[in-house]
Amino acid sequence: MTVTVRLPNVLRPRAGDQPKLDVDLAPDATLTDLLDVLAHRHPALERRLRDEQGALRRYVNFFIDGEECRQLQGKDTRLRAGAEIQIIPSVAGG
Amino acid sequence: MTQEVLVAIGTRKGLFLASGDGWKVTGPHHPMTDVYAVAIDTRREKPRVLAGVTSEHWGPSVAVSDDLGQTWEEPDHAPVAFPEDTGATLGRVWQLAPGPADQPDVVYAGTEPSALFRSTDGGRTFELVRGLWDHPHRKDWFPGFGGQAVHSVIPHPSDADHVTVAMSTGGVYRTTDGGATFHPSNSGIKAYFLPDPFPEYGQCVHKIAQHPSRPDRFYAQNHHGVYRSDDGGTTWKSIADGLPSDFGFPIVVHPHDPDTVYTFPLVADGHRFPPDGRCRVYRSRDAGETWEALDNGLPKTPYWTTILRDAMCVDNADPAGVYFGSRSGDVYGSRDGGDTWVRIAENLPDVLSIRAAVV
Repeated sequence: MTVTVRLPNVLRPRAGDQPKLDVDLAPDATLTDLLDVLAHRHPALERRLRDEQGALRRYVNFFIDGEECRQLQGKDTRLRAGAEIQIIPSVAGG
Repeated sequence: MTQEVLVAIGTRKGLFLASGDGWKVTGPHHPMTDVYAVAIDTRREKPRVLAGVTSEHWGPSVAVSDDLGQTWEEPDHAPVAFPEDTGATLGRVWQLAPGPADQPDVVYAGTEPSALFRSTDGGRTFELVRGLWDHPHRKDWFPGFGGQAVHSVIPHPSDADHVTVAMSTGGVYRTTDGGATFHPSNSGIKAYFLPDPFPEYGQCVHKIAQHPSRPDRFYAQNHHGVYRSDDGGTTWKSIADGLPSDFGFPIVVHPHDPDTVYTFPLVADGHRFPPDGRCRVYRSRDAGETWEALDNGLPKTPYWTTILRDAMCVDNADPAGVYFGSRSGDVYGSRDGGDTWVRIAENLPDVLSIRAAVV
């Protein structure tokens, strides 16, 4: 199945200046599986989304078909074919 | 002819670079990152600037520039990262320290949580030094207000196997076998906040400095206490007499004179302001036996800000330069060893780190 990742402007240089990435995944893949693929394809992007132990960075939001993943099953949330994962930095800092 | 000096100023919201006549300031480089660590590696034909940058959103990284900050490079993979088996994650890099002159590609990083990393490619990628991470004392190190971090890393100038680190809390540790083993090195340094005020380890050392031409000479600014060691850190003696307070964060040693040392005292742990609200650097020219206040060119109006542990430095010019930056974003420099000062920058974000070198 294929899912689509939409990137904020600030992260696009870490993924070849692309605003969106279409990623092929196995059926029933999770957000973690998606990020594992990105770790190989675009490591400079992935390391800004997760720490070295695989935890989602605290101030990065992952909206899966419009719902933030922490309202679902977090990084274990299963993705559907055609899902859209929108990555948006949260409100943080001063 | 005056030597061209670059001053790299790490702040809460990016890196600023000052150079040239009248101190032209550029930046922010790496905007909206906190820059706890900055280094200017002068062992190369063209000095390399290294910056430990941490974004609240995107995490920590290390960036390097080989054109004095005009362009920057970062590796695709995290340059400093804890191995999976440690279960630890990098908070931020607190210190970047070029290695000895005969190992021009060796650079060390001190981190939060307290760990030492070593690079053999000039600071692009680093590996964890296991000897410190696996130390049995690690379970007893605990964070101070600023976090639990290795904030000082001092490679011996000629012995590549010899590195001294300091952390808050934990104190000073040394390796003489290339990082395989580390030994505490705090004899004489007080930890007033512990039941045993002179423990083997556990001190809250705020910063240490070593003189490159006399590597057994160290100075330490402690969480209350200012010390000198003349035996490579094996023993320490107080040199706080003559200072208005023994509390403060930075301590730096003159690049050409191991007896000349600078600090910026604050009243006390519970009252972290310059004594009498006066902006004054204190200098000793006799290894801490006596101290003098320096304020020629510094603000005469009430000064209630703080100089953090890495926000004071010297350069390698002759005569030597001394620089410091404050939490209120002003930066001062002296090109004559502290006798006279000028303002280099003002209204920057909080200054976290500063380094200067002839370029």
